[in-house]
Amino acid sequence: MAPPLVFFAVFFAYPVASIVGRGLRRDGGWHLGAVGDVLGDGSIRHVLWFTCWQAAASTGLTLALALPGAYVFARLDFPGKRLLRAVVTVPFVLPTVVAGTAFLALLGRGGFSDDLLGFRLDTSVWAILTAHVFFNYAVVVRTVGGLWAQLDPRQEEAARTLGAGRFAAWRRVTLPALGTSVAAAALLVFLFTFTSFGVIQILGGPTYSTLEVEIYRQTAELLDLPAAAVLTLLQLAAVAAILALHAWTVRRREATLRLVDAAGTAHRPRGGERVLLAAVLAVVALLILLPLGVLVARSLDGPGGYGLTYYRGLASADADGGTFLVAPLETVWNSLRYAAAATVVALLVGGLAAAALVRRAGRLVRGFDALLMLPLGTSAVTVGFGFLITLDKPPLDLRDSWLLVPFAQALVGVPFVVRVMVPVLRAVDHRLREAAAVLGASPARVWREVELPFVGRALGIAAGFAFAVSLGEFGATVFIARPDSPTLPVAVARLLGRAGAANYGQAMALSTVLMLVCAASLLVLENLRTSADSAGEF
Amino acid sequence: MKSVRRRAMGALVLATAGAVVLAACGGGSGSGSGTGPGAGAPAASGGTKSKTVTLVSHDSFAASKEVLAEFTEKTGYTVKVLRGGDAGAAVNQAILTKDHPRGDVFFGVDNTLLSRALDNGLFDPYTARDLDQVASDVQLDAAGHRVTPIDSGDVCVNYDRAYFTAHRLAPPQTFADLAKPAYKNLLVTENVSTSSPGLAFLLGSVAAYGGDGWQAYWKQLRKNGVEVVDSWEQAYNESFSGSGAGKKAKGDRPLVVSYASSPPAEVIGVSPAPAQSPVGVSTGTCFRQIEFAGLLHGAKNPAGGKALIDYMIGKAFQEDMPLQMYVDPVRKGAVEPEVFVRYGARIDHPTTLPPATIADKRDDWVKAWTSIVL
Repeated sequence: MAPPLVFFAVFFAYPVASIVGRGLRRDGGWHLGAVGDVLGDGSIRHVLWFTCWQAAASTGLTLALALPGAYVFARLDFPGKRLLRAVVTVPFVLPTVVAGTAFLALLGRGGFSDDLLGFRLDTSVWAILTAHVFFNYAVVVRTVGGLWAQLDPRQEEAARTLGAGRFAAWRRVTLPALGTSVAAAALLVFLFTFTSFGVIQILGGPTYSTLEVEIYRQTAELLDLPAAAVLTLLQLAAVAAILALHAWTVRRREATLRLVDAAGTAHRPRGGERVLLAAVLAVVALLILLPLGVLVARSLDGPGGYGLTYYRGLASADADGGTFLVAPLETVWNSLRYAAAATVVALLVGGLAAAALVRRAGRLVRGFDALLMLPLGTSAVTVGFGFLITLDKPPLDLRDSWLLVPFAQALVGVPFVVRVMVPVLRAVDHRLREAAAVLGASPARVWREVELPFVGRALGIAAGFAFAVSLGEFGATVFIARPDSPTLPVAVARLLGRAGAANYGQAMALSTVLMLVCAASLLVLENLRTSADSAGEF
Repeated sequence: MKSVRRRAMGALVLATAGAVVLAACGGGSGSGSGTGPGAGAPAASGGTKSKTVTLVSHDSFAASKEVLAEFTEKTGYTVKVLRGGDAGAAVNQAILTKDHPRGDVFFGVDNTLLSRALDNGLFDPYTARDLDQVASDVQLDAAGHRVTPIDSGDVCVNYDRAYFTAHRLAPPQTFADLAKPAYKNLLVTENVSTSSPGLAFLLGSVAAYGGDGWQAYWKQLRKNGVEVVDSWEQAYNESFSGSGAGKKAKGDRPLVVSYASSPPAEVIGVSPAPAQSPVGVSTGTCFRQIEFAGLLHGAKNPAGGKALIDYMIGKAFQEDMPLQMYVDPVRKGAVEPEVFVRYGARIDHPTTLPPATIADKRDDWVKAWTSIVL
């Protein structure tokens, strides 16, 4: 448990505490007057209120639209299921700048819905809510669906044999079993939407602001560190409360269920299920596939008609007027290397943390579990600026080190690794290990023959998740990325920041490349996973 | 069992590949071009550090390879560029890290943020060689020489030529025009608290109407249907109907707050070259931004930093800037590229405000603007 704790302390707690302390301390004393000032500010209270209610509304809407999807992906067999499940996860890891743009293209002014159906969403709070569904659909499908696939369908059948109607059987048998995982998914979605940044910036316009946006503004634009510090503490407190609730529901889930192999539970759709399948596919097509499609279409829509002009431009350092000292396409390579390093760090730290969580029990360890999730709910600008002011002196002078980026990215990867690894490690029956040892296997052989087959697959899944989130991480990376080697999302943002059709087209092309790289790594993930691992879905 | 083992091996291979990449990066060899994450790391810590000069800047900094190579050839120093966020975020980072500066030279503080940087003691004085070749009206710290002007650029309203031709309407030219009924619901601008062109446009209106009159002007603009979005990217790429990106996004606003250099940017890479840019500039709506470079207090390589500042106001760098950063040179006699001259707009009388006034009033203005417009 020590190495993950040290990592967490050095790369999260220390930088965040320092930047918050910088805001609240002056001349060696604490100045807590800022707390009253900030909380007394009417516009801040308005921000707080909006942050809460939009998160609640987004969570409700996401559950309403994604729960049927969870059922379809868990219980029904249809062609292309694996590919589709990988694709619906892509928005979750795409930088919000890019996905928000694609989304706007579809549902905004002159978009698909405007042309065909006469409604547009770009000026209302509906845009924010719907975009949150777009981003978090996969969280519900994977968290709830993963469990749903492993519930024994015979229990529901038994209830029906005993005279319950189809709906009553579902409500009395399946729903209670799923309840805790639905709650866990809901809390995760609430966490992600509570700390929403890019979506609010792009779709909300200047009138809507969340705590996260306000922290960015106060820190990066206004340099009002006292206000930023108070807001950061406020957000940390809220997120800690959400996480405590989350940990509680997860524990309840782990205690009660009897699971079966997911391979046997899915079936071909019959009767009304075909209608359900069609409805779910329609929602997925409209909300997820079409926006992603718009992105691809724009990247191909060059000056002389459709073609690969912008992609060719990416290969040359001069085509964009020299925004980079290297060809934009080289950022793919940079991103892959950073993400690979971040994955190794996240696997080491997260794997050790998961092992510690499984081997020990108790309140303290459970608190540690929630602690590791805290970076997911902390403003990236706080972490990024915190890195800059703390990791700048020996023995921790890392500002010139390329390692800073993978470390920052690993912070968001670790929680995923822990979530995936814990249930799987827990499932390795210790009697198997003992039996092997009794039969004369050496410890190394026990590990290789007994534990690796279980853990290896989960490691693959965890690696995939960590890799994908590292690839898409933007907020912290933009502040610390070594500029001679920008990452893909940073390069996209830089291209979007310049005038000219060529820059915009190349930004779209580079985003498409990012999307493909994400989808490919998720597909590899899908192929590594087998039904027995589903309980370890995030 | 066999397939299980194969998958486990796959995961192992993945992890091992990651470790190999880690090792390769850590070795500092990088890829052939020397731009990998590991490249340059040894130079920063080894005995060769005096040969590297580090430039800290914002995301928009750009210079061509040839020009940077020429600097190395002439002085023996290699430039390492650290970029961090937009102009405001980059200045704030520099202020936060001033006790342990990240580099030797900071470039990219403009007249709207200059006082904040100077008041925080970010820079050591240095009088650049050839400073007499730089126009005197951009030398805003002429007494202290803590910063050296490098470029200037004008934030102006841009218009969609096609729209105004099709509607047989003359494009607006001045601040006053924008409030006229003929241009109702046509303008999109940026939130002044999150966007630097947005702030510059507000400052321009303050310069034009004075500290007392600008609020009434913005009430008129609001009544005339001005749209406000959070960032330049959104205003120019999504809402504006005249830019290449805006056309794809079906932007519906033919007027946008952008830069005087946007028109040339729209024709670069377009062949055959059009007679004029699809975007025009309302030349009476401009606010001049001047960007400065300064020697960071506590720099590890002050000699290299001084050489770099000298080089940045030299002819080669100045003539390279327009196509790299879409800004104008400040050096007298620096020749602008043909595409700039042909498609760009000449702004003879931009508005401007003294940095000290901006520093004093900025927060109040932003607050007042927010309550009027949002």
